[in-house]
Amino acid sequence: MIATALDILSWLLILGGAAFSIVGAIGLLRFPDFYTRLHAAGITDTLGAWMILGGAILQVDSWLVAVKIAFIALFLFFTSPTATHALARAALASGLKPWSRTAEKREP
Amino acid sequence: MFFTAAVGIIATMTLALIRALEGPTTFDRILALNMVGTKTTLLITVLGFLTDRPDFLDIALIYALMNFIGAIAVLRYTQYGDFSSERNEGP
Repeated sequence: MIATALDILSWLLILGGAAFSIVGAIGLLRFPDFYTRLHAAGITDTLGAWMILGGAILQVDSWLVAVKIAFIALFLFFTSPTATHALARAALASGLKPWSRTAEKREP
Repeated sequence: MFFTAAVGIIATMTLALIRALEGPTTFDRILALNMVGTKTTLLITVLGFLTDRPDFLDIALIYALMNFIGAIAVLRYTQYGDFSSERNEGP
């Protein structure tokens, strides 16, 4: 009974995580400029990763494995936004202008 | 269940690699590669479950850290031109 419930929850989390990952990757391909692509990549790096790891953590049989997965999630939680922030800052410092609809209209 | 996750992760990595090949600016490429690195961490974890070998998790843990350090190092390199710059100009 409890095992079935855990399985269903695990399936939901993993399917959700895979869906969010693919949606973020499609956004990475289709968005018009670097800053909007950063926004799309944020989804896959945090929510997608956390949902897949959450689905995995429900299937473990020992505490050690669960703690290791929790550590991976914790590292991803801290490093992905830091890397994204550093990227945005470096791009802005190098003079990359954010895309806007009005600028595109002015110079087609 | 983990097979589905692996297929989703590999699809994501393929799309991100297309962006890394196409990317008009260097930052697009670094962003896409950073994403591929995160997905590799997840893929190693999922493979550990698929093959029933939980020791893969250690590799995933190291990969998560190395990926972050690698992204920051490449960023520094593109910004300053070397890895050990002490200059304070720029951000």
